[in-house]
Amino acid sequence: MSDCGFRMEDSRQGPVPVFRLTLGAMLCAAVLVLAAPGLALAQADGGATATETAANPPAQAASVWEAVLFYIVGGTVALTALGCVLSTNIVRMATCLFGTLGAVAILYFLMAANFLGAIQLIVYVGGTLIVIIFGVMLTSKSPWVKFNPRPVELLAGGAVCGLLFAGLAVAMWGADWGRLTPNPDGFEVAHIGWSLLTTYLVPFELASVLLLAVMIGAAYLARPERGE
Amino acid sequence: MLTIGLTHYLILAAFMFCCGLYVMTIKRNAVGILIGVELILNAASLNLVAFSRYKTGLLDGQIVALFVIVLAAAEAAIAIAIFVNYYNNLATIDVDRGDSLNG
Repeated sequence: MSDCGFRMEDSRQGPVPVFRLTLGAMLCAAVLVLAAPGLALAQADGGATATETAANPPAQAASVWEAVLFYIVGGTVALTALGCVLSTNIVRMATCLFGTLGAVAILYFLMAANFLGAIQLIVYVGGTLIVIIFGVMLTSKSPWVKFNPRPVELLAGGAVCGLLFAGLAVAMWGADWGRLTPNPDGFEVAHIGWSLLTTYLVPFELASVLLLAVMIGAAYLARPERGE
Repeated sequence: MLTIGLTHYLILAAFMFCCGLYVMTIKRNAVGILIGVELILNAASLNLVAFSRYKTGLLDGQIVALFVIVLAAAEAAIAIAIFVNYYNNLATIDVDRGDSLNG
């Protein structure tokens, strides 16, 4: 498989590629610098138009900001997801997943799901991803270990996934979604809490039982073997 | 094209879903397969939040996405515990080598 610039061979364990590190850091900083004021502007204008109810110039500006931000952040999501696919190195895949999860959190902020974006950052980026990186460290003798799939697998999987994406994209582009009722304000956290303790009380309790079961199960699986 | 709507988010989520599916299909590293699962779960919750924002105007999509995040965290914890056991038993993380039950 030609891994399209994500090559990391055994022979390249020497110096850290400073140039690429710097480039990556600058890209991340640029995305952040663009995202923060853009988000503030888009949300502020969205709130203003929601209260004023008239179609006025700020709505236009907010819409343009939203579009620019969506294409930047959505492009980041797509590129890092593609990086997960193309990279043959598990450490690089985990890093690309980090980018995807963070960019999806920014998309949640863009959709005014502020609480969900924060939870995505805390639980997903801060928790699940760390667990995955622990898994990478615990299960590889060397960070450069790789298992190459057979070409026929690559071809078959690529064909199936490409066809699936083409079909989904065509269907979604042509679909008539009926009456769309966007909510420019988003929701407050209080609504989520209220909803969790009324409508979604049973799933909420089930989730807590599930977390208890997971804790016991993980402790059981991870305990050291006792010779008997 | 300049007005971001439901379709944009849905197509982005579909792309993420297909990437995750491809990762799950071709990777032989068990942790890599877990990464594919995370991509797919994220695509699903992106869809849910997009529908909540642009279609229904209700909160349900966000709540379900919250449960998806909880389930993904639980699933990752258990999966990593299983992978560590797998590695201890077989001295590799290649899923093609776990064929002891092959009759």
